[in-house]
Amino acid sequence: MWVDLAITFVKILFVLAITVGFFAPVLTWVERKQSAIMQDRIGANRADILGFTVLGLFHIIADALKMFTKEDFIPQGANKILHTIAPIIAVVPALLTFAVVPFGGQYTLFGKEVNLVISDLDVGLLFVFAIASLATYGYVIAGWSSNNNWSLLGSMRTASQMISYEVTMGLTIVGVLMVYGSMKLTTIGAIQEDFFRWGLFLQPLGFVMFLAASIAENKRIPFDNPEAESEIVAGYFTEYSGLKFGMFFMAEFIEMVTIGAIMTILFFGAWHIPFLPTATLLGWFDFFGTTGSNLIVMFIQVGVFFTKIIFFIWLQMTIRWTLPRFRYDQIMKLGWKILLPLSLANILITGIVILVLN
Amino acid sequence: MELLIFYPIAGLSIALALGVIFNTSPVGSAMCLIGMMLGLSGIFVLLQAHFVAILQIIIYAGAIMVLFMFVIMLLNLKEAAAADWVTRDKNLFISIMSGVLAIGILYKIVDVIFMAELNSPATLPDSFGTVATIGEALFTDFVLPFEVASLLLLAAMIGAVVLAKPKLD
Repeated sequence: MWVDLAITFVKILFVLAITVGFFAPVLTWVERKQSAIMQDRIGANRADILGFTVLGLFHIIADALKMFTKEDFIPQGANKILHTIAPIIAVVPALLTFAVVPFGGQYTLFGKEVNLVISDLDVGLLFVFAIASLATYGYVIAGWSSNNNWSLLGSMRTASQMISYEVTMGLTIVGVLMVYGSMKLTTIGAIQEDFFRWGLFLQPLGFVMFLAASIAENKRIPFDNPEAESEIVAGYFTEYSGLKFGMFFMAEFIEMVTIGAIMTILFFGAWHIPFLPTATLLGWFDFFGTTGSNLIVMFIQVGVFFTKIIFFIWLQMTIRWTLPRFRYDQIMKLGWKILLPLSLANILITGIVILVLN
Repeated sequence: MELLIFYPIAGLSIALALGVIFNTSPVGSAMCLIGMMLGLSGIFVLLQAHFVAILQIIIYAGAIMVLFMFVIMLLNLKEAAAADWVTRDKNLFISIMSGVLAIGILYKIVDVIFMAELNSPATLPDSFGTVATIGEALFTDFVLPFEVASLLLLAAMIGAVVLAKPKLD
């Protein structure tokens, strides 16, 4: 009992450390650096300590200091309670998804089966979707409670955009569910040990649509209408400053990691290396004993999982700095007239193929 | 252990449900309703019905309430407008009718609760509340009510589209 609790606690700490402690701050720097490289600039390199710049990595510290010391401003006529809790409501769902994301397989350590997932829910896939749909509130309430027309416009756009793309996301998940026959994310990950059963090959259309829908859910370019700087100042977070703005900022980066993790689990082979099943890997390190070989394989597979996540983050950033912003009506047209029928067709085709193959 | 989780969730749900009724701002009411639905899904989890709990979040808290919020913001209802609505003239007939309906539903709920206490098995099978069992029940034993409900929803959807569509001529 106590050992299990301790293991769960360690897993939660690990997930929090890697998302809030590592990815969220480092990604602010990565985003600046990648945009600089793509636009042929030198990029963030001004913050220095005693003349050392370390590729501009000190900008992370400078950013954090700035956010902590800025004045926390609540506009006149704003709903103080809702204005304060909105950033919290926005950040929590982004973190909560990781409760069901397996970041490795099952390993026998010191005679104990350790499953590298915080909570192995029977309805894990639906849990991800449910949490994604709850994320809307933080942004909607932020805009509404600010008592500012730009903010209100931004949150209206958020609400309509997130509702539209949730439909596509949900229907794409149905395709994945039909192929793997399970909603447990650990089972879906375990099935993809076979390279030819990766979601990418079984659901190619689903992969593309899920990527598009999740970028739209995260409201990043080309779907960044809710904050469109050139139209509505900064959308739903126009009236936010300091740490509260920082939380919206952090939510966006954590969501990028979450999207990467979900894409990896559903479509990109989870923690597996192509053509290298876990049993083979365990065989290679057999001379370290059961616990030793399991530990080494665990570190390798967790490393592989996060490498794949980093690839997806790179993909999202490349898309963000390549494409211009879509117009509002284009986003709605894409969501309802192209992606929705396509995802319905995807379910139909998947069903027919499964029926024929069986 | 279970009661230790149940009572805070149940208490919070009831408090939030009262918040829905007594809140003067529409957005505040909607927020309370969302919180209450999350509480309800927590109670479903305690009853081993994970699938129903997640559906509660996806459908009610995640989809329907977002639409509610959207409409509230679209109409931009402020607290003054809500106060008007409270003091508006009331239709006696509608009040009585809805009161009778509410009592009927409450009676049925109490009835079902007393029946369930006598019929519930001592131990639950492992497969209870999983997606597979619920799916099987929906598509075998309850296929007719299931199809009828989906037809009803389709009719409502088409009706809404017809009503909302601007006249062409």
